[in-house]
Amino acid sequence: MTMKEMYDVLVIGAGVVGCSIARELSKYKLKILVVEKGEDVASEGASKANSAILHAGYDPVPGTLKAMLNVRGNEMYDELCKDLDVPIKRTGSLVVAFSEEEVKELYELFDRGIKNGVKGLSLITKDMVKEIEPHINDTVVAALYAKTAGIICPYGYTIAVAENAAQNGAEFVFNSEVIDIKKNGDFFIVKTHKEEFYSKYVVNAAGLYSDVINNMVGAKPFSVHPRKGEYLILDKDQGYLARTVIFQVPTKMGKGILVSPTVDGNLLIGPTSEDIQDKEFKATTREGLNKAITVAKRSVDKFDVRKTITQFTGLRATPDTEDKDFIIGESDVKGFINAAGIESPGFTAAPAIAEMIRDILKDAGLQLIEKVDFNPKRKPVIRFTELSDEERNKLIKENPAYGRIICRCETVTEGEIIDAIRRPVGAKSLDGVKRRVRAGMGRCQGSFCGPRVVEILARELNISPLEVTKHGRNSNILTAETKKFLLEKASEVLKKEVYENA
Amino acid sequence: MLNYDIVIIGGGPAGLGAAVEAYEKGVKNIVIIERDKYLGGILEQCIHNGFGLQEFKEELTGPEYAQRFIDKVEEYGINVMLETMVLEITPDRIVKAVNSKEGVFTIKAGAIILAMGCRERPRGAIMIPGTRPAGILTAGTAQRYVNMEGYLPGKEIVILGSGDVGLIMARRLTLEGAKVKAVVELMPYSSGLTRNIVQCLEDFNIPLLLSHTVIEIHGKDRVEGVTIAKVDENREPIMETAQYISCDTLILSVGLIPENELSQKAGIELDPITGGPIVNEMLETSVPGIFACGNVLQVHDLVDNVTAEARLAANSAIRFIREGEFGKSNIAVKAGNGIRYVVPQKINVDNIEKRIKFRMRPVNVYNNAMLAVKSGDKYLLRQKRQRLTPGEMIDVNLSKDILKNANLEEGIVFLVEEG
Repeated sequence: MTMKEMYDVLVIGAGVVGCSIARELSKYKLKILVVEKGEDVASEGASKANSAILHAGYDPVPGTLKAMLNVRGNEMYDELCKDLDVPIKRTGSLVVAFSEEEVKELYELFDRGIKNGVKGLSLITKDMVKEIEPHINDTVVAALYAKTAGIICPYGYTIAVAENAAQNGAEFVFNSEVIDIKKNGDFFIVKTHKEEFYSKYVVNAAGLYSDVINNMVGAKPFSVHPRKGEYLILDKDQGYLARTVIFQVPTKMGKGILVSPTVDGNLLIGPTSEDIQDKEFKATTREGLNKAITVAKRSVDKFDVRKTITQFTGLRATPDTEDKDFIIGESDVKGFINAAGIESPGFTAAPAIAEMIRDILKDAGLQLIEKVDFNPKRKPVIRFTELSDEERNKLIKENPAYGRIICRCETVTEGEIIDAIRRPVGAKSLDGVKRRVRAGMGRCQGSFCGPRVVEILARELNISPLEVTKHGRNSNILTAETKKFLLEKASEVLKKEVYENA
Repeated sequence: MLNYDIVIIGGGPAGLGAAVEAYEKGVKNIVIIERDKYLGGILEQCIHNGFGLQEFKEELTGPEYAQRFIDKVEEYGINVMLETMVLEITPDRIVKAVNSKEGVFTIKAGAIILAMGCRERPRGAIMIPGTRPAGILTAGTAQRYVNMEGYLPGKEIVILGSGDVGLIMARRLTLEGAKVKAVVELMPYSSGLTRNIVQCLEDFNIPLLLSHTVIEIHGKDRVEGVTIAKVDENREPIMETAQYISCDTLILSVGLIPENELSQKAGIELDPITGGPIVNEMLETSVPGIFACGNVLQVHDLVDNVTAEARLAANSAIRFIREGEFGKSNIAVKAGNGIRYVVPQKINVDNIEKRIKFRMRPVNVYNNAMLAVKSGDKYLLRQKRQRLTPGEMIDVNLSKDILKNANLEEGIVFLVEEG
């Protein structure tokens, strides 16, 4: 019998928090494994579906982990995005007030921001708001402007972090739901439906399921519930309507429904905020979408709802603790560390959470020896649309696949799709390709390129087109070969007739 | 930079028709740029018959119809660039394109004919709430999978929308062994051709549920079912009528949108109703020397009409390269009561030889109504029409003599008069 491999740190969850932790730890001589229940990075939880925003940090209650990690995380993103080749725009954000009553709340937010150490905050008058946002409704009275807020593609960033972690030696397993964790002396046995892993430390970054994982290991129990948010994405021709992230005055259910450009130039509207029970609830509802539209129209009423290209629901992992703060720290089970209940501003905080987890692991006895060959830079991504014609021609000469446009709405080439599949932690499904290169993300939503991408995935992964999925598991795109299906049906009928006649 | 007299963008029926016409009229330095691997466009996946009744006086399949033109293109040796994507066109008629052989290259065009066709409206545009599983696709994509790739996208199917492609696919999928449980149409009438409703639904006992819509999609990984409901006169669902239909696939046939992103980049003005460029009697867009025909201009029911339109565009392009800019349009063409849009949207009577064809769609179904053309208070034309329906395009021919009576200030208005 061979000795089972022993990991130093096993991270549960390949969302932005889990991947950021894996990358942070990949700077050291450690054996790291990320275990994910979905088929891909950022494929199931909040890292896939959120407001795509870097929050400035005026919203969290001063002194909380949320406040501290938000502000620190925000500061880290410029360098990270440069290293990881991820588009980011420091658009700034506005919290807009429509009455004198709401203006009072702006003062409170401003004070809170100052206490939290947020830089670049200012209270601005209507005229200044209109200058920044010419399409905002005329009913605006004043706003809180936060210069450091920004927009970013959340799954794009998470994929980049994961790729870089993998480049630096972190391992990933997908389609692996953790079903049991046992402490065995000085290490853990982590069991999935398929296999068992041994690890000295376990970090729980399981998002909405972080309570289940925590309670599985027998640590002091807590619970996390889903808070649903529904969104709409509008065509790029509506993107001009917002230049910054436009919030309304927050309520206790969250930062409210915003209108924001996306880093790709679309217009994002949402989220609603509703506490629910079902952690697998991924549907949009008529009421939710209508609410998002109605409330967003209070900020900007010029958008054309008929230009909606898609809608989605995201679930925030809201902790049921008294202070509602992030649950970060070593649990009462030694070596089991939580990065749990990470709801907004979790995405912004993620890199700071990763640093904090690193320090906690160190305090818990993990030896951190820096690797001399750690490479902070992700292998660059070729984006055809961003190249000059000279660069394009050079590239096409080297690899003609970059001269074949597969997704016409977003101008994505076959070369980019092949690269997305072959990269570390590569795409394995239609949605995986879409999240990496935007093929199918445009106004036709994959009507034209879908069949071509299925063909490329089948070829690259050496599988039948029938095995290609939308997002793993049983989400197959195609169900049968045409004539074979008829023959199968016919033979069933024949069998039945023979049987009945016998 | 390459140089062509006419650059035709798109190698579907419109592009092919324009190319053949231009060549036959003596302009031979032309090129068709096509993004797919073959010519023919969407016709290549339309393997049903019903094409060519007007053009060839016989019933052809889509590929057969296309082949008649492709054969001529080959016979004449017309330049064709396949798997080539146009990235940009400019108002001074420079076309920038890319393919895997030449890389990125530019062409200076004497005239440009836009023939990019249309795309299907996706789910997002119609805002159906619910989950986002596999098994939701547009009718055209389903058609491609079945007819070109040889795969079935599902076995138990509900179709939302009764556009022609959806109706055709209801029959096609049934013939391939799938069960089409219902075609659900929001409007109180179908947007498809009557012949397709009879031949594709009624002949196969597929129920057509008018004034119904899909209000929710169910299923986590693959579609497991849809909830449908009746809608009231404001097209809002009546929740008490909701019913669940189990299925593994939802096919959308909810409208076609002309593909004009390239046109917009060139600064070409679009008609918000048709989604296509605003054109004059020569099918010239708001940018001189750039013409449009086929589904990029307006969504047609019949390919024969596309071919006719393409011919006009080709002749106009030829006139442009030989004679230069046309005079300004002097008559505005408007859609009045009961008419959704009219193409062309403006005309110059001096450019019309004998007569001109206007194409339009009504906003509703009208029986035994009068179709009228007015200029101010004056009637230029009044015709009785047995049936007008949004699913069938209306043609109206007006002679130059009639148009001469139009008041330039008032323009001309097409309208429906009931009762």
